Amino acid sequence: MSALELRVAAVEPLSPLVTRFRFEDPAGATLPLFSGGAHIVVEMPDEDTLRRNAYSLISDPLDGSGYEIAVRREDAGRGGSRFMHARVKPGDTMRVTLPINLFSLDLRAKKHVLIGGGIGITPFLAQLRQLQRLQMPFELHYAARSRAEAAGLALLPDLPQIHVHISDEGNRMDLGAILGSQPLGTHIYTCGPEGLIAAVDETGARLGWPKGALHSEAFLAPPPGTPFTVTLKSGRKIEVGAHQSLLEALEAAEVEVDWSCRGGACGRCETGVSSCHGRIEHHDHWLSDEEKAAQTKIMPCVSRFTGESLTLDL
Amino acid sequence: MPRTEFSPSIATRPVYAALKAHGSAPALMLADAEGAEALIELAAADPAVMDRAHLIYIPAGAAHGPRLRELGAKMYHEAPSFSAALERYRKALLDAKMGTQLYLAGTEGLIGQAAAEALAAGLPADAIQSEHRGSIARRMQCVHCKGVTEDVTTDPFVCSHCGLTLFVRDHFSRRLGAFQGVCVDAETPGIVPEMKEIKA
Repeated sequence: MSALELRVAAVEPLSPLVTRFRFEDPAGATLPLFSGGAHIVVEMPDEDTLRRNAYSLISDPLDGSGYEIAVRREDAGRGGSRFMHARVKPGDTMRVTLPINLFSLDLRAKKHVLIGGGIGITPFLAQLRQLQRLQMPFELHYAARSRAEAAGLALLPDLPQIHVHISDEGNRMDLGAILGSQPLGTHIYTCGPEGLIAAVDETGARLGWPKGALHSEAFLAPPPGTPFTVTLKSGRKIEVGAHQSLLEALEAAEVEVDWSCRGGACGRCETGVSSCHGRIEHHDHWLSDEEKAAQTKIMPCVSRFTGESLTLDL
Repeated sequence: MPRTEFSPSIATRPVYAALKAHGSAPALMLADAEGAEALIELAAADPAVMDRAHLIYIPAGAAHGPRLRELGAKMYHEAPSFSAALERYRKALLDAKMGTQLYLAGTEGLIGQAAAEALAAGLPADAIQSEHRGSIARRMQCVHCKGVTEDVTTDPFVCSHCGLTLFVRDHFSRRLGAFQGVCVDAETPGIVPEMKEIKA
């Protein structure tokens, strides 16, 4: 992966759980521009573990003076977001990948409806700037449990197209109303908890929306599980720890695997399985249901294995 | 006439499945000539499909009009040609909400142009249902002069705009709703392959 060495220019808490980080080139050079919805993967050298988490860029896509991300601290998570909150200070140097966009706007659409739940607001902050610049019709719906948790409020401009739904204040988002009256040519983008994405898909299906007009992105953290062993073509065996992903175990063993999002969405780390005696626990959004059932491919970034033996085409 | 089965070709050549009813969802239907029979069969399979349908029919000499009218579409309109129906069709696309089902049936010229309008209106390609019925004549664009010749039934054919003899390609432009015609004797002027009828 092509990476940039950037300096942490600012660390600013937005809410008790969410902090904004700004990265700039140490020599002040302009960074490559991106498009709304793009993310970077941040490398975190945490003791003997190299953590890599994907974060959506929230700054203006056409502003190359820096990259900004907003990170929610997940206390029950694997430690990446805790590292960001506890250890990263202004002036630090960090390695980040070049921006990659798996969640770009479909510019053939006549109108864009953005639905963000909680920290899922992040990709839309950059898309908003793009839509405003393109002068395209849009609506943004931001749902959060409480005003105190709604870190996005500090980052959203004051525009009539932006609707804030705070469920604690009895102002829950009504997906039926949002999807029920959109002009032909509208596309919907959803980012947030799995339940929100499923609810939008379900509402869309009920109202006759074509699948091609419904877009979503959810980065998954690699789920922990029982330790397991995989075998490579050479016969070499690799142990995968309970809190380690298969991809991380392969990297720690210096086995080359291409990757991009590390969250089960992009498909880059797709790996062939030459023999499988047991069950692959597929956690990705990439493989189709048929491919998952066939057990001939695995996404090592998020998926695990239980059973006797798993041999990879590596 | 039954649904046309086209022989397999290159990836850009459109294929047309049979129309499938989406119940009483709002619907926009456009058919020409024998395409009427696809809508008649659709309504026979699920009469509710007409409950909130706006149906536009271009008879082009076919006698299906009265039977179509009786299907009970919420709005029924006949037009003498696609261009005569275009303003109404565009207005219907403009007023439609997402979730409106689009059903196209008939010739490739009609389906291609109506699908191109719908795509331009922002509808994703997967939201457009179409079924081919009737004439397999093609709507061809001359890649040299850009003129469109309707109802082409032979290969090669003579461009009605610039007069070049054109080879009928399966290469289809979704944007234009037309197949591409390419000069057949550019390398050997005057040496033109024998003219054959276009097959499905």
